[in-house]
Amino acid sequence: MASVTLKKLNKVFGHTHIIKDVDLQVGDGEFVVFVGPSGCGKSTLLRLIAGLESISAGELCIAGEVVNDLPPRERGVGMVFQSYALYPHMTVYENMAFGLKLAKTARETIEERVMATARILQLEELLHRKPKALSGGQRQRVAMGRAMAREPRILLFDEPLSNLDASLRVQMRNEIARLHHRLGSTMVYVTHDQVEAMTLADKIVVLRDGRIEQVGSPQTLYQQPSTKFVAGFIGSPTMNFMPAELVSSGNDGCKVKAPGLGELALPQDAGGEAPGGALTLGVRPEHLRLAEARGDNAFEIVNVEYLGNEVYVYLEPKAGDTLLIHRSEAPSRWALGQRVALVPDLAHVHLFDAHDRALGVAKRSRAA
Amino acid sequence: MNRYQLIKLAKRVGLYALIAVVVVYAVFPFYYAVITSLKPSSELFRVDFWLSSLDFGNYVQIFTQKSFVRAIVNSVVVSLSVVAIALLLGITASYALGRVRFRGRTTVMLTILGVSMFPQVAVLSGLFEVIRTLNLYNNPGGLILSYTIFTLPFTVWVLTTFMRQLPQELEEAAIMDGATPWVTITKVFLPLMWPAMATTGLLAFIAAWNEFLFALTFTLSDDQRTVPVAIALISGGSQHELPWGPIMAASVTVTVPLVVLVMIFQRRIVSGLTAGAVKG
Repeated sequence: MASVTLKKLNKVFGHTHIIKDVDLQVGDGEFVVFVGPSGCGKSTLLRLIAGLESISAGELCIAGEVVNDLPPRERGVGMVFQSYALYPHMTVYENMAFGLKLAKTARETIEERVMATARILQLEELLHRKPKALSGGQRQRVAMGRAMAREPRILLFDEPLSNLDASLRVQMRNEIARLHHRLGSTMVYVTHDQVEAMTLADKIVVLRDGRIEQVGSPQTLYQQPSTKFVAGFIGSPTMNFMPAELVSSGNDGCKVKAPGLGELALPQDAGGEAPGGALTLGVRPEHLRLAEARGDNAFEIVNVEYLGNEVYVYLEPKAGDTLLIHRSEAPSRWALGQRVALVPDLAHVHLFDAHDRALGVAKRSRAA
Repeated sequence: MNRYQLIKLAKRVGLYALIAVVVVYAVFPFYYAVITSLKPSSELFRVDFWLSSLDFGNYVQIFTQKSFVRAIVNSVVVSLSVVAIALLLGITASYALGRVRFRGRTTVMLTILGVSMFPQVAVLSGLFEVIRTLNLYNNPGGLILSYTIFTLPFTVWVLTTFMRQLPQELEEAAIMDGATPWVTITKVFLPLMWPAMATTGLLAFIAAWNEFLFALTFTLSDDQRTVPVAIALISGGSQHELPWGPIMAASVTVTVPLVVLVMIFQRRIVSGLTAGAVKG
């Protein structure tokens, strides 16, 4: 177990700058998830920590010690790969014992550790099988076992569940979470799936184009996204965005006008913006209410998805071509083709400026 | 029988006739060698397509010749050494060429391929000088050296393509487990590369076993010769007599091990050869 500190970390491949000045602190025993769209550098960042890629600039510390120039085996890290990368010619036991053997561990110690790891991961029955005789979930567990058997200080996961089918993915997600509770070891996990990130993480790191967009707990990221990108990335179905115009701002909030919604009084502080400035309104699907249409502030329902416990209602937007989504508990009284008015829950509306940065809540409004 | 059935039948007959032609074309010379080797020398020049009697006299004659037995031993030593050296160098080279990113990698690969295209005669005199300088003339070592030069390009090329197909993550997993490149090659890659090794090893063996020109040029005395040269130098009682019987018996004797080897490894050869082209 150990903490990890990244200080102004950079990675350059030829002419492409992949990781740009990343600062991050991973606490001892924390479960940190790197999330972001493909090509955002999340896997590269993980590989920098693992030691599979060299660091171009900056400093990487594990347990307070600079490890920039240490090979992976001396960093005390274990890694689970996306394709599992099990040694196909070795049995499960040999796969897990390989690293220990290379470290010249005593035979009894190897056996003890492999058996202990196998017990935790419920692999005892499979120890003498080869990887090709295992199912996807079992291979996944062996890959974790191999990384754990050497008792690394940090466990790294590179999209470990993306090769599994949906139901198995949920099951393994649970197992990883429970494993973390039990071992209490520091884990760094890469995924492009925001559901995995939300459910597993103590701390989520949202990456975009090689930079950290926001770091925070799942709740923070969901409730107070600092940028429009984070707001759109976290949460499913995604947040609704609508163009808006600033009407006036005071020290207890602001007034904005959005097509189809009329004028809204919001608690955000828009002091830095000029009246008439273009803003973006963000409302999560569950914070939209539908009402009978009045006048011309009506949206047409273009699709209704019934999911059993809840219903997604899709609405034709006033601007752009991304459909607006309303989510409510089933059953829903709304039907295809109906025209409805949208009523956002003003306490949960997000407001973004022209640079897609979220505007904070005004001081007076917060006190009240 | 209607027209379609007739055409179908004709196609079938045609197919089998073609197969028969190909088989006869390929097998007949060898078959005739076997027949000839089993005839007594008195019947040698009577054209016979079937064996009327078995006579192992020719085989007895060549195996009682000390120089022939010695030549077989030499051939085995030379060929096995070539295979061992070529595979060892081939595996390590293919790791470098297939796995390590460095400037000029493609150039090296193309040079290796280019070298293998030179005709043997072109390098014969140069190689002769090298072998004399290294004091390997009339020594199996000289043959091992020269055969390895001609075997390595193919070995390296095939093993490199095969090595490139092994997943990157497998190597990275080994690195995370603390493996050095040498451990990665021997403990992780080698066990997965047997089909490719069998293929290239066998082809290297065949090439070394059958080679004639270098073997003739770089050896002098009977006890250093390899089988192909020994066979060519089998002589009869007089200048005017070519002892076809013993020559055929010797040829059959040295071909049989190859046939057996190919039979054993044939599945692996196919998977090894196609592995380079399509998916392993």
